[in-house]
Amino acid sequence: MINNSKTNKTDFLQGNIACAEGAIMAGCKFFAGYPITPASEIAHHLSKRMFEVDGTFIQTEDEIAAIANIVGASWGGVKSMTATSGPGISLMQENIGLAVATETPCVIVNVQRGAPSTGSPSVHLQGDILQSKFGSQGDYQIIALAPASPQEMFDFTIKAFNLAEQFRTPVFVLSDSLVGHMRERVNFPLQEELILSERKKLEHYQGIHQKIFLDEEVAPMPVFGKGLKANITGSTHKEDGFRNVSDPKIMDNAIKKLTNKILKHKEEIIEINEHEIDDAEVAILSYGLTSRAVLETVKIARKNGIKVGSFRPITVWPFPEEEVEKLSRRVKTIIVCENNLGQLFPFVKSAACEHCKVISLPPKVLGTLYYPEEILEKIKEVI
Amino acid sequence: MEKKINHPLQKYFRGPINYTTCPGCGNGIISQAILWAIEDLAMDFDKFAFVSGIGCSGWIPSPSYNTDVLHVTHGRSIAFATGLKLATPNIKVIVTAGDGDTSAIGGNHFIHACRRNIDLTMICVNNQIYGMTGGQVAPSTPYHSKTTTTPYGSIERPFDLSQVAISAGATMVARWTTFQARQLRKSIAKAILHNGFSFIEIISQCPVQYGKVIGKRNNAVDMLMDYKNRSINVRKAKKLSPDEVKDKIVVGEFIEDKQVPELTQEVKRLRKEAVSRCQK
Ligand SMILES: Cc1ncc(C[n+]2csc(CCOP(=O)(O)OP(=O)(O)O)c2C)c(N)n1
Ligand code: SF4
Ligand SMILES: [Mg+2]
Repeated sequence: MINNSKTNKTDFLQGNIACAEGAIMAGCKFFAGYPITPASEIAHHLSKRMFEVDGTFIQTEDEIAAIANIVGASWGGVKSMTATSGPGISLMQENIGLAVATETPCVIVNVQRGAPSTGSPSVHLQGDILQSKFGSQGDYQIIALAPASPQEMFDFTIKAFNLAEQFRTPVFVLSDSLVGHMRERVNFPLQEELILSERKKLEHYQGIHQKIFLDEEVAPMPVFGKGLKANITGSTHKEDGFRNVSDPKIMDNAIKKLTNKILKHKEEIIEINEHEIDDAEVAILSYGLTSRAVLETVKIARKNGIKVGSFRPITVWPFPEEEVEKLSRRVKTIIVCENNLGQLFPFVKSAACEHCKVISLPPKVLGTLYYPEEILEKIKEVI
Repeated sequence: MEKKINHPLQKYFRGPINYTTCPGCGNGIISQAILWAIEDLAMDFDKFAFVSGIGCSGWIPSPSYNTDVLHVTHGRSIAFATGLKLATPNIKVIVTAGDGDTSAIGGNHFIHACRRNIDLTMICVNNQIYGMTGGQVAPSTPYHSKTTTTPYGSIERPFDLSQVAISAGATMVARWTTFQARQLRKSIAKAILHNGFSFIEIISQCPVQYGKVIGKRNNAVDMLMDYKNRSINVRKAKKLSPDEVKDKIVVGEFIEDKQVPELTQEVKRLRKEAVSRCQK
């Protein structure tokens, strides 16, 4: 076998390629996907690289099969990933629910395009923030990370694998067409600097009522082919995997344990980048690529003596409710900048709980970059 | 003292045998045929994994079989099984699916698995109806049948599932009815050993939902006798005119092709090639 990935080097890479290389560095051994702009380069790259690292690449018949394949592969004991865009996510939703319910670690990269239906494949929009969290049926929690650069495509893909393994759950990398397609410098970490998480595995078969699900501290996973007699179903089940769809208490337990598994570890999962927030009167909340325009705006505003700071959730989901609540007690106004018509805005507003003013500010023309001036204009209006 | 007799297949079950199928359902015969085939092959049950979807057929392995079982969404079992098999090629992966599961919602996955020739054994329970959801028409329901969603008789021609599998590139295809339980058991054993995609179609009685359609409600015995009377082996059928086989059920082993490369082995070949290219 050849070297897992290029280590300790710097490369000038496209975001999507950085994501693919990040996956390899994280130990991904299985990629399944269906071509779609602006995510296809991830598949192109991995169709070559997966085989070099003793892994598997498959171009499936559709995205429904892609998510099903990576879930199947994950039960086979390997780290697995798929990459697509909004329309592909729509097709995957039913099986994303199954991945959540069966506590299957896997990574789903969404290089967002935006607009309903086929939309505009190459326009940068953050159109799928809500469908990542609410697209599948029933109550559940999901983890989603929003990168803003090729370096973060690399780093967050590794982080996504780590979170997926730690919490036995699907994790989204919520990129967009610009981040996926831009080229920038990417630093590869040294192999020994790399921290990789591995799923807790069930070691020995422990009888038909062995506890393999629904532990808020994450149950051990009975990987297939090892005589562990895994009993896996997407229907509501008990800790041992036995289905029960008639007793509401069992259903209640299943939904709450799955949800709490994420929510009780919010502090571990949630990551926020704050910049110049300490004395800020106005905070700009943004995520993904948008946050780069916001940082620029803060710089300009500060030069002009305006007390503005940036609050950027790296983890869009679970939503950093407490952190936003705290923020709302410190500032007079929160301006929410997202390249959509305000998908995260209602969550910010509700977390802020009337402690401060919360304003939604989409770019003047959806799908174009923000100009710092347009954000500054708004800031001047509110202070 | 009461004498306890254990069923010879009991050892394959995760605790007491507790099937929830309706009385007379063909699923029991099929379940036995699968387990007898494994028993005949004297293979380690721990080296098998079962993947099933939603529908009555999904309950054949899940949760009863005492090995790895993955019970997934309606129609998608083959797609999950593909990922599982690619990740763990050393285990035998068996899919059990209904006719609707296979050819309606999961039709795309079905034909592509045939084309890929991935080493899966697919057991398709063709009860010619949507059993679980209340007797709606399936893509395999005979023409003009009156079902809960075709009160005037169905106006769409049915699929011949085995022929679809053959056309799509499956490398082993056989069809039996539940009446030919012994032949079925042998074909399943062959399919498990076959290194490629094998498709075993079983015309199976659903006395509750399909029984209604043909005037044999809750009458499994009549349905089985009908299978007996109408079955004709493919070797014989080949000598007859299309008109003569019109109302027959053509059964038997249709094809077995050992020449086509199998997908997981192709993946291994690519890995070797990729590595040697890198080293050059
Ligand atoms: C996405 C989705 N659509 C619909 C259903 C409802 N549903 C459950 S089983 C089934 C059809 C079952 O028919 P078949 O596949 O022939 O299996 P059988 O019950 O006859 O064995 C349907 C439509 C579902 N579970 N999921
Ligand atoms: S509805 Fe039909 S297929 Fe389903 S369990 Fe009952 S008899 Fe069997
Ligand atoms: Mg059916």
